[in-house]
Amino acid sequence: MAQIFPKWWNKTPGLGLLGTLAGGGFAIFALYWWASPWNTDVGYKPKQPVPYSHKLHAGDLKLDCRYCHAYVERGPHAGVPPTQVCMNCHRQVKKDSPKLQAVRDSWQDGKGETSVAWVRIHKTPDFAYFNHSAHMGVGVGENRAAIGCETCHGRIDTMEEVKQDQPLSMAWCIDCHSDPAPNLRPVEQLTAMGWKGDLQWNEKAAHIATTLNPPGALPRAAVARADGTMETHATAGCSGCHR
Amino acid sequence: MATATAQTLPNDINTRGDVVLEDPIAGREPLVRGGHDFHAVTEMVCKFNEVEVKKTPKSFLAGLSLAGAVATMFFGYVGYLFWEGPGIWGNNNPVGWAWDIVNFVFWVGIGHAGTLISAILYLFRQKWRTSINRYAEAMTIFAVICASMCVALHTGRIWMDYYLFPLPNQMGLWPNFRSPLEWDVFAVNTYFAVSLLFWFTGLVPDFATLRDRATNKWRQRIYGFLALGWRGSMRHWVTYEKAYQILAAFSAPLVLSVHTIVSFDFAVSQLPGWHTTIFPPYFVAGAIFSGFAMVNTLMLPARHFLGLKDLVTVRHLENINKVILLTGTLVGYAYGMEFFVAAYSGNEYEGFTFINRSFGPYWWAYWIMLSCNVVTPQLFWFKKIRTSVGWSFVLSIFVNIGMWFERFVITVTSLHRDFLVSSWDYFVPVTEVFFLLGTFGLFFTLFLLFVRFFPVIAMSEVKGVMPEANPHWEGYGDHGHGHAAHAAAAEVH
Repeated sequence: MAQIFPKWWNKTPGLGLLGTLAGGGFAIFALYWWASPWNTDVGYKPKQPVPYSHKLHAGDLKLDCRYCHAYVERGPHAGVPPTQVCMNCHRQVKKDSPKLQAVRDSWQDGKGETSVAWVRIHKTPDFAYFNHSAHMGVGVGENRAAIGCETCHGRIDTMEEVKQDQPLSMAWCIDCHSDPAPNLRPVEQLTAMGWKGDLQWNEKAAHIATTLNPPGALPRAAVARADGTMETHATAGCSGCHR
Repeated sequence: MATATAQTLPNDINTRGDVVLEDPIAGREPLVRGGHDFHAVTEMVCKFNEVEVKKTPKSFLAGLSLAGAVATMFFGYVGYLFWEGPGIWGNNNPVGWAWDIVNFVFWVGIGHAGTLISAILYLFRQKWRTSINRYAEAMTIFAVICASMCVALHTGRIWMDYYLFPLPNQMGLWPNFRSPLEWDVFAVNTYFAVSLLFWFTGLVPDFATLRDRATNKWRQRIYGFLALGWRGSMRHWVTYEKAYQILAAFSAPLVLSVHTIVSFDFAVSQLPGWHTTIFPPYFVAGAIFSGFAMVNTLMLPARHFLGLKDLVTVRHLENINKVILLTGTLVGYAYGMEFFVAAYSGNEYEGFTFINRSFGPYWWAYWIMLSCNVVTPQLFWFKKIRTSVGWSFVLSIFVNIGMWFERFVITVTSLHRDFLVSSWDYFVPVTEVFFLLGTFGLFFTLFLLFVRFFPVIAMSEVKGVMPEANPHWEGYGDHGHGHAAHAAAAEVH
């Protein structure tokens, strides 16, 4: 009987297997990497309507973050400052700078009707509840600690224009929620940039972390105290963020 | 020894000279009737595969069109389901699982007969399996496809089904390995993969036969591709037999494990009516019961239309019916035992569930199940009935109906009256009937395509159980160089 297939067909099973493995690996990598916030979101740097420099204000001039983002310790959103906050200084400083035209248009001696259309950079989806204030200081007295601004937003003091530094992916949240100690700092150091804990603090942080998410406790957002009030825990459970 | 041959068989080829070739049980029908030789078997099996496309019988095309139309409807329905979500079903609290899971368990159960025939009967050297294993395995694969469709499409957000698999992801999430539903994902996937490999391995020598008989280039190429370069050398056969044995050993535990895990979907929960230790063996018996019934439903028309009555004989039919009788009785025992345990445990919730099951709003479903599954197979005690093609076909349909209702009864009646009387409800299907019908369309489309293009009987294996395969066989009639002749020649020298 004559040969039906050329000799190189003998290689097809091996090539097929290789192709399946490579293709499967590629598909998983594509889902894991290209479709993940590590790839899609990190480095996101939209053009803002005003060329505001965080490096100048927060870095060189050492303005505290909370001067503009005033609600960060009190509310779910840190808050984008109203034009008035800009004009607190810029009525005197650089008051004729063409770069500030959009700010002045918005202000108009306090009579302006439109805000500056800042472009939002850090977004969490609607189904993921996030509250800034919960991260700005938890625990009581000795055991009080916070997550610093730079932990999630990066070295804002070095950024001319702000870009997204961390992926804000679920795994990224979970990593810290299951082991918060390395990211804890004293509440006084909340807005410090480039802060690092010493050995003594690290030990304390490890202890605080156990009070935030007690080992063996059911992971959930709020636990009832004996007196009936609720205690908030750093949660590793679903319902903390997906309410 | 030759005295056993006094019982003359319909075809007198089983005995030659002093060499025992006959069946150890005297008087039993041979596995292949009609005195066919190897070539005749090949011709019989390949005949329908080799009908030219343009000469495909009209009756076959009509059947395929009907099945194909229903399958097309199914995919349309899936699109509708995709768009609208499971709200197009009657599922609601407290009946969160209904036809979706009923259909899943029904289909995956049917598959089990194929694996039992192909793996367990093989390991126990039941030679009669050779005539029916090929399409029983095909039935398994198509049934598991239908089952996976049911379960993959019931998740609501169908596009998120990849959550079922432990893939690395940006959420840092793994499937819940403590959930029997996750075990089910692995059970069904393993089952499908192993069954497909097993089926394909068995097909290789037969594909080679079709390749060698091919009369046109494309036929030769396609079957040649599927035959993986099979030449039928001794080395090929040795490797093949080993591979087949290994796969049989892989498949054999799956007959028990897959439906055990399916039963865990129910039994691991804490719902009265589901939370029962008898579930795994009860489900496995039910699965084999329904599967063998489906084998009959498919086999009897197929052997009629394809003219394979000499290969698939009444002896095969009788064996299948005996399995149906046994497993049907086991299922009946399980039904009785559920009631006994409900009464004996003194647990009022358990007791309520079972009284409600048989006399509550769904009494009709319960009694359909009981009459089809427990009463029907008992008719197979009569030899007349279990050797009758007509009876077997009709009763197999009853068993199919009964086993679908069994899953309906277990799923829906246990759920519809839960612990809070205020949430009691009566489940009514809305569009689900298209779902069930559609899977049947898909199943029969695949089966008809299989019948058309694949050898429906494992030719090489059937030949292995024919007298001609025996090394001592001396041919159909003495040509003077058979065993006896050689023995005589040796004496002379």
